[in-house]
Amino acid sequence: MSVPAFRVAYGGASHRASAALLAIAILALAAAPLWADRQTLRLLSEIFAYMALASLWNLLAGYAGLVSVGQHAYVGLGAYMLFALTIFAGLHPLLAIPLSALAGALVAIPVAALVFRLRGHYFAIGTWVIAEVFRLVAAQLAALGGGSGTSLPAAIVTSIAETRQAREFAIYWTALILAVGIVGLIVLLLRSRYGLALTAIRDNELAARSNGVSVIRVKFIVYVVTAFGTAAVGALIFLQKLRISPDAAFSVNDWTAFVIFITVIGGIGRVEGPIIGTLVFFLLRQTLADLGSLYLMMLGAVAIVVMLKAPKGLWGLVVARFGWQVFPLQRHVTLGDEPSGAESIDPPHLPPIGSRH
Amino acid sequence: MPEALLEVRALDAFYGDFQALFGVSLTITAGEVVAVVGANGAGKSTLLNAIAGLMAARPDAVLFDGQPIGGKPAYAIVTRGIALVPEGRRLFPSLSVEENLAVGGQLGRAGPWSLARVYDLFPALSERRHIASTALSGGQQQMAAIGRALMANPKLLLCDEISLGLAPIVVRDIYSRMPAIVAEGTSMIIVEQDIMQALGAAQHVYCLQEGRVALQGTTATVTREAISAAYFGV
Amino acid sequence: MDWLNTIVQGVLIGGLYAMFAAGLSLIFGVMRLVNIAHGDLIVLAAYLALVTIETLGVGPIASLTIVVPLMALIGYALQRVLLNHTLGDDLLPPLLVTFGLSVIIQNGLLEVFTADSRRLSAGAIEVATWPIANGLAVGVLPLIQFTAAVVVIGLLQMLFYRTALGRAFRATSDDPRVAQLMGLNNHHVFALAMALSLAVIAIAGVLLAIRTNFDPAIGPARLIFGFEAVIIGGLGNLWGTLAGGIILGVAQAIGAKLDPGWQLLAGHIAFLAVLAFRPEGLFPRIR
Repeated sequence: MSVPAFRVAYGGASHRASAALLAIAILALAAAPLWADRQTLRLLSEIFAYMALASLWNLLAGYAGLVSVGQHAYVGLGAYMLFALTIFAGLHPLLAIPLSALAGALVAIPVAALVFRLRGHYFAIGTWVIAEVFRLVAAQLAALGGGSGTSLPAAIVTSIAETRQAREFAIYWTALILAVGIVGLIVLLLRSRYGLALTAIRDNELAARSNGVSVIRVKFIVYVVTAFGTAAVGALIFLQKLRISPDAAFSVNDWTAFVIFITVIGGIGRVEGPIIGTLVFFLLRQTLADLGSLYLMMLGAVAIVVMLKAPKGLWGLVVARFGWQVFPLQRHVTLGDEPSGAESIDPPHLPPIGSRH
Repeated sequence: MPEALLEVRALDAFYGDFQALFGVSLTITAGEVVAVVGANGAGKSTLLNAIAGLMAARPDAVLFDGQPIGGKPAYAIVTRGIALVPEGRRLFPSLSVEENLAVGGQLGRAGPWSLARVYDLFPALSERRHIASTALSGGQQQMAAIGRALMANPKLLLCDEISLGLAPIVVRDIYSRMPAIVAEGTSMIIVEQDIMQALGAAQHVYCLQEGRVALQGTTATVTREAISAAYFGV
Repeated sequence: MDWLNTIVQGVLIGGLYAMFAAGLSLIFGVMRLVNIAHGDLIVLAAYLALVTIETLGVGPIASLTIVVPLMALIGYALQRVLLNHTLGDDLLPPLLVTFGLSVIIQNGLLEVFTADSRRLSAGAIEVATWPIANGLAVGVLPLIQFTAAVVVIGLLQMLFYRTALGRAFRATSDDPRVAQLMGLNNHHVFALAMALSLAVIAIAGVLLAIRTNFDPAIGPARLIFGFEAVIIGGLGNLWGTLAGGIILGVAQAIGAKLDPGWQLLAGHIAFLAVLAFRPEGLFPRIR
């Protein structure tokens, strides 16, 4: 008995609409130097950076089930590599970004070998220890300012571009490209075979393994790829800040706590989640930031409430209510060779059963 | 007509959206042994779990000593005098045999059952009291599980498939101790796939088929054919 | 002799680390929960002691009579109200909720007490030493702390393996569903375990606060030390955790002796070495 012919298709009508909207948004953002002032550009760059970091953390924890509370290790690593490559190897700063990312990926390999020996909660704390080690090592690097850090030399700053305005545009566009690139890469990854494996792992690791998915290999690849992306973003963030120090580069609050809260509130395990979460986070910050540590306490409380009452986050609520999807990741299988005649209806999004590393 | 110790009234039970029991009713009087038989998936364990408080139920669907206990949590039901010997023994692996028994008795309910009495009933356990419970044979584990439930001094003992995975001679050995348990005043509901032993020990039998009571009667009068028919639903 | 002094100091502080670890591994053993706010709760205990001392005018050790029961109560409430709802197969909720808790506690303490460094003063005991042999003197306070750690761990072991409560903990940890059939209310048992953990944390916190300066931000580092002690020692074995704490303390002491900036790094390296070459720990409990 032969297997009937079938086609796998992604997306449907609502995706075409959201794809168009996305394209318009990205074009508008790319043109931002024309309509936005300096402060807005900086704010947008920050938003892009957090969007990228949160999307990467989401990939790691929400899809691969690797809940790391130590990704700030790679933010700092990327930042320090950028400073080192530009100061000591004389590389152009924008070129140093991908190389810093590569360094992040290379370091992630032995780190994974160590940290993967821990499971679950202990894995999480292990990643934190790694970040601590990176921070302590950075504080020992006298050549880069030791414990108090250093600034990016003026010569290197000017090598980005001649005028300050051109530099700011260059960094802004780099940030945009990085964010779009990272989210785009994640969507592509999820559409690939690896993506199918990841979604299977996210939903039920044991079942995935018994279906032939090499769980450990997939997790390893995701860990290294995430380190790559995170290091790139780290390099960019501190290129913009022009100054580095171990406490700033490896700050748990800035690069892990905020990122985790963003992803949790926005919605873990969906690509749209971190994006929504970042927007909400910055909205809150613009209105409430003066409160300092009270703001952090509120964020923590909101994250706790969300985790207990709406574990799929804000986007999860939207999906449950309306079944929307911005990114075409749902696979439909249609039987037969011909594409289905009528407009296909997007299938209801099934909630994951979820068991984690 | 003696008053019922336990009365199950039109019990429905659900696993999420899946309905496992449809209006099951059952009565047992003090000192009685009731057998509940049926094929795999018929709902026998579900019935016991619902009585024991491991599953949700309408409060008036389960009456014990005239009191509605349906839906109460398991730890509250044990205090009232119902103990369950769970399917598959489920002894605590980190505890020794004696510790398993002691945990069973930790409520401190008054009654005839104590460590000494349980060891009397199952001498094999006495010899192995400080050994890890996982090191026992299947039959000994089953004895330990029964003993653990007895330590709670229940008025009603629920036994979920005690013959599961055991050799016939071991099953016979265990069932031979049942009269001693009943003699102490404990009533029992025995759930079995293996009909012979259950019928031998019980006065009344209920046969479940796909979540419904397909047959009920006294073990003395019910015929093999009637049970087969009810069991398989032909 | 100098080196011997260093090692002895490392051993003694290892006891403190083992106490950090004991509370952590107790919770993990009973309900598979790792409390990311563990270190911050240690700091909270220190601040509670500070308030007790300043309002009642008693010494730090006396303050334990208030701080320990208070922390136990907080632990019970925390588990019942919040953490019991996070338990289940999914790893994310307990991790994220305790992470959120950590941030809340840290910033709450920051708001109330500011970032100023504090210390509990215990009087002459702080600098008293006990000469053992030529040139080798042991600090009285560290010795008390180490003894306290040994006593606490010994009591915990006894509790777990010789009492009905310990049996209840182990049974509920093995099989929460069947434990209910024994009349054990899981919510209550877990809350008792958390109360116990926080009681141990309270003792550790006060002892820490006498020994070193503390401020709201030092919590995470204590969590990490406790965690490293557990991993080095091996899961499931409280005496192994003591050994793990000692090894960590000695590694840090040796590192500090070579160069003050290397103290923490040396400890982390010891941890990573164990992780690399003996991931199950040095004295794991074999089931």
